[in-house]
Amino acid sequence: MATYTMKEAKPAPTTNKGVVFWLRENLFPDVKNTLLTLAGLYLLYTIIPPLLDWMIFDATWTGSKDEVVNSGARWIFIVEKFDQFMYGFYPEALHWRPNLVGILSLILIFGFKYIGSIKLKIATIILFPIICFILISGGWFGLEVVETEKWGGLMLTILVAAVGIVASFPIGVVLALGRQSDMPILRTLCIGFIEFVRGVPLITILFMASVLLPLFFHDGIEFNKLLRALIGITLFQAAYIAEVIRGGLQAIPKGQYEASEALGLTYWQGMILIILPQALKISIPNLVGSFISLFKDTTLVLIIGLFDILAMVTLTNSDTNWLGYEVEGYVFVTLIYWVCCFSMSQYSKSIERKFNTEH
Amino acid sequence: MSDQEVMITMKDVNKWYGDFHVLKDVNLNIKKGEKVVICGPSGSGKSTTIRCLNHLEKFQEGSININGTELIEDVKVVRHIRSQVGMVFQHFNLFPHLSVLENLLIAPTWVHKKPRKEAIETAMYYLERVKIAEQAHKYPNQLSGGQQQRVAIARCLCINPEIMLFDEPTSALDPEMVSEVLDVMVELADEGITMICVTHEMGFAKKVADRVVFMDAGQVIEENEPNEFFDNPQSDRLKLFLEQILSH
Repeated sequence: MATYTMKEAKPAPTTNKGVVFWLRENLFPDVKNTLLTLAGLYLLYTIIPPLLDWMIFDATWTGSKDEVVNSGARWIFIVEKFDQFMYGFYPEALHWRPNLVGILSLILIFGFKYIGSIKLKIATIILFPIICFILISGGWFGLEVVETEKWGGLMLTILVAAVGIVASFPIGVVLALGRQSDMPILRTLCIGFIEFVRGVPLITILFMASVLLPLFFHDGIEFNKLLRALIGITLFQAAYIAEVIRGGLQAIPKGQYEASEALGLTYWQGMILIILPQALKISIPNLVGSFISLFKDTTLVLIIGLFDILAMVTLTNSDTNWLGYEVEGYVFVTLIYWVCCFSMSQYSKSIERKFNTEH
Repeated sequence: MSDQEVMITMKDVNKWYGDFHVLKDVNLNIKKGEKVVICGPSGSGKSTTIRCLNHLEKFQEGSININGTELIEDVKVVRHIRSQVGMVFQHFNLFPHLSVLENLLIAPTWVHKKPRKEAIETAMYYLERVKIAEQAHKYPNQLSGGQQQRVAIARCLCINPEIMLFDEPTSALDPEMVSEVLDVMVELADEGITMICVTHEMGFAKKVADRVVFMDAGQVIEENEPNEFFDNPQSDRLKLFLEQILSH
């Protein structure tokens, strides 16, 4: 009988590791790439130091605007107008209310996974928006009412995006399921809605929401401008969410539907327990992509007279005491948008890792 | 045979996919506790036949009666029938986002409304039975094909079915893993559950089946008890089929 011995696993060779090896392999493998690397380094050298000088080393952070001597950015403008960028015309004495909402939201975002029971999770999801609304708008529990006309700045941007994301999500799921339904009327309605909304720019929908919606209601009812924008944005976003989720649904193998049917689950049980969890997991990157574009699109509300953070910058720039500070204002807004969007993208990556079961 | 003993009656079942006639007057009577193996070339309608039994496929003509219930297109009737019929698929169709244990708990807790604690006990019992209890908290993709198929069998057993349908349960497995699945099925057969199995494992058919059914082009060509079926085939079509699958 032939004998054999199993071979031991050996460690991989060490020559292809280390910084020097990486540099040689990636930056200086041959003459052409070495030249490109050097050109790239020179380009960075011409851009980065002056940028840093302008933003940090030569910048003016404190003092009054008449005493500026440095050549860099005059961040005193941002410092001076910071509250307006953040809260719009929200009364200064009440800034603690949106601040509290912000803190609560962060606690919810990072603490949600630690809530044990499903019932408590659902209760939180339902109650949290109500608490936030009461805190910001007031009117209950002796909180002073703040009209929506006074809401603005980053607070409004985040609020519009959050409502758009949270409210559009369930509608999008239902539209996506409806689009795949066996019932022809339901399917046609869903396809019709999705295709109509996707065929129209958001600006048009916002105009329609602010001009058309009031026509449907009796004269007496004063329909809030912000609410109209929120409805418009939610419906717009729902159509995109529906298409993203449909993509996820179509990626689920037919066997999963059959297995859940064969076990005797009802349509909704099968969808909620088996199909949607998998479809949504696949859809996370695209969903977050869609949410990030919504976050940036919210700035279009400025054209129907709401003052989000970008509108606030434009507005403060027309203050005769502070003319000529556009660059600082827009750089600041850019940074804010980037921080928000990048955080969303990072958060989505952490969720993806959490749901990954293909170890 | 008396009426109580009959578990499944298929009477003149016809089915079309568009213009394509897939099932032609299929008649099948299966008694309680009987083990039936259905074989035949691919496209002969064997999978379609058993998929009609739990209404994964609709049929246009004829009638099916399962354990005294007439199979009609009514959500409640279909759910009632599915709650007594377990199905094992070629590609296992475990739910990849749920752990092995959760896969086994879905139907008992949501369809049969059993308390979770009781369902866990039952689930662990059946995982023990298919010799895989130590994997209960892994996810399906962390298991081998043979292990996944055994979990799928346990998932069906958890609903305590009257009838088990097997749709080519070993066709997607690596050759080394076929026997571990067949072993579980043989054990199951010894317990008196009604089994219908579409398979090409003729050894299994000889060992376990009370009856073997041969289908071709949507028809039942021949059915017989296994010894007669393999040793004394009546039709030319079955002779040819047996020659081809048993030739090497």
